Amino acid sequence: MKKVMMGNHALSYGAMLSRAQVIAAYPITPQTQVVELLSEMCADKTLNAKFIKVESEHSAMAACIGASITGARTFTATSAQGLALMHELLHWASGGRLPVVMGNINRSMAPGWSIWTDQNDSLSERDTGWMQFYCASNQEVLDTVIQAFKVSETLAIPSMVILDAFTLSHTYEVVDIPDKAKVDEYLPPFKPPYRLTPDDPHAFNGLTSPEHYFELRYKLQKDMEKVPALIEETGREYEKLFGRYLGLVDDYLCDDAEIILVTSGTAGYTARVAVDELRGSGVKAGNLRMKVFRPFPFEVVQRILKRAKKVAVVDRNISYGHHGIFAQEVKSALYGQAGDIPVFGFIAGLGGRDITPASFREVVDYTLSHDIPEDNILWIGVKK
Amino acid sequence: MTKETERPEPKNPVEDFLRMDRIPHIWCSGCGIGVVVSSFTDALRKSSFDLNKLAIVSGIGCTGRVAGYIKLDSFHSTHGRPIPFATGLKLANPELKVVVFSGDGDIFGIGGNHFIHAARRNMDMVVICVNNFNYAMTGGQVAPTSPTDANLSTAPYGNFEHPFSLPYLADACGASYVARWTCLHIRRVTKSIQEALDKKGFSLIEVIAPCVTLYARRNRLGDGLNLLKYYYDNSVIQHGADTRTLDIGYQGKMIVGKFIDRERPTFLESMNTHMKKALGDKYVPYGEQP
Ligand SMILES: Cc1ncc(C[n+]2csc(CCOP(=O)(O)OP(=O)(O)O)c2C)c(N)n1
Ligand code: SF4
Ligand SMILES: [Mg+2]
Repeated sequence: MKKVMMGNHALSYGAMLSRAQVIAAYPITPQTQVVELLSEMCADKTLNAKFIKVESEHSAMAACIGASITGARTFTATSAQGLALMHELLHWASGGRLPVVMGNINRSMAPGWSIWTDQNDSLSERDTGWMQFYCASNQEVLDTVIQAFKVSETLAIPSMVILDAFTLSHTYEVVDIPDKAKVDEYLPPFKPPYRLTPDDPHAFNGLTSPEHYFELRYKLQKDMEKVPALIEETGREYEKLFGRYLGLVDDYLCDDAEIILVTSGTAGYTARVAVDELRGSGVKAGNLRMKVFRPFPFEVVQRILKRAKKVAVVDRNISYGHHGIFAQEVKSALYGQAGDIPVFGFIAGLGGRDITPASFREVVDYTLSHDIPEDNILWIGVKK
Repeated sequence: MTKETERPEPKNPVEDFLRMDRIPHIWCSGCGIGVVVSSFTDALRKSSFDLNKLAIVSGIGCTGRVAGYIKLDSFHSTHGRPIPFATGLKLANPELKVVVFSGDGDIFGIGGNHFIHAARRNMDMVVICVNNFNYAMTGGQVAPTSPTDANLSTAPYGNFEHPFSLPYLADACGASYVARWTCLHIRRVTKSIQEALDKKGFSLIEVIAPCVTLYARRNRLGDGLNLLKYYYDNSVIQHGADTRTLDIGYQGKMIVGKFIDRERPTFLESMNTHMKKALGDKYVPYGEQP
């Protein structure tokens, strides 16, 4: 069945089709429609889940953790300040190996108060041990929630499914809603190896001496390293059932590209317009839209970018005192690879300033006219 | 053409207290928050203390915008945290009078923990809480003040939770001054704010106010005027009422009035007394009002 829906509702449908059993959430613009629709679905039994209207995001994640530890499939959604408030418990979910799935709407951090998009909220959480999926269409949002539950539950690692504020969260698109029975076939009920139950008592998350702590972290990393292959495998499985492959990246005309634009989120689709224009004028351009950011898909990124003569990364985020965050990571992925491909790091669209085809034209003009970047950060559209 | 005699522009009576460059404000017509702001500015006009020594702190929400509109030292903090911000202000600069102006969700939902501790410590501040029974700014979700049975965007078949009674909570935690009004009781709100500003210790003034766009519309309660009519018909003034009797049911009777006005040592007074006892002359009292 096809339906026109906003990006936020694509998250709700994803959670509903995945048969989330406990949902705990606190409202924040621009996430509110995610949980409003879910609360409706829970109330009218479209979804047989408990909906907990908690008093903060910190409590939302705590409630998800509590529910998950008993073996329930749990979902929540938030944005910006709310995600930051959860920070302590993000470590708890991943350290406790609980496969909570969360939607995060990328909104800029205050102060100055802003409700518009950039990626600094989720990227500030990159080292918390959560998987991060950056989506660019409502279809991708819905499909990714279902896949995220599967990958999360297989490896006991939580996932964040991320979409841009307003440009995706509030944009309506046609979305194909997968058949529920087929989703059940794809995503079996959650059966964790350990759970908190009186039938088989265990104590969880106690004091861990230096004797053991290190190994817990080592195991988390080792399981993170299994994620890329599992995403590709479950992505192909999804394609068999629903006709849509869900991979680590979305590469557009990269095969013979000499200049590759690296993007994420909705800017990724805008970049394609620039790529098409360039191709029209004879420049071999391509776009690598990064979908999975944690774990970082080194292998596929290296394979694709190694073929290019120049790489231009467009970041809608910044690590103050360093560079754009995707640029940092792409540079580190290319370190030691054959050839010395210049990586141009652009920063655009902070605080929700639009990233338009013209922004990419500027990116491309600069990249084509310089052998190497003159600076670590090349600013697009900033009023200096 | 003859030059017209220049007439003075008509001036809004509270203009002196507002940052006019921020006007027009964001509030919907029929919203009750502006009424409470007028009462507040009226209370300031009638008070004699130095306005340079007044600071106002808001959290986030429709009500949270107040700090941005009032032309005083003001601080727009994060959601739920105006009370700890205000505590910092007060303790670092005890000369200040500190007013927290924020919404029910902000102060009693996400920030509830801070409220109970500030009241327990009898921290010297005035808390003005606009209670519109919902998280308005984000679209009318269930808040800890939403009446049972009311319809909200996260309770599409009605709310089944039991709300806080704000005066009861404040009383139990040890507040020095507690009053509740609706925004129909303009002069009484003003008077309560004046009293609270003159009071030492922790004060709570709850003002029930219409959120016409979300709460009222979802529950088909009509416009601002209909809500004022509801307040008129259903509020009963009962000063000194037992705070255990102040629950508000959906569209039910509301007991309003001044419930608590008592003397308790403030946080700073307790600290000074205690430390003086412990350290004797070595101790230099901090922040004592002359
Ligand atoms: C940590 C965090 N979570 C959520 C929000 C989103 N948020 C902004 S205002 C608000 C509700 C405000 O409700 P209330 O305090 O009752 O004020 P009202 O809008 O009703 O006046 C929420 C949930 C936020 N800004 N920060
Ligand atoms: S949404 Fe409600 S509380 Fe907010 S300004 Fe409008 S009427 Fe007032
Ligand atoms: Mg409110």
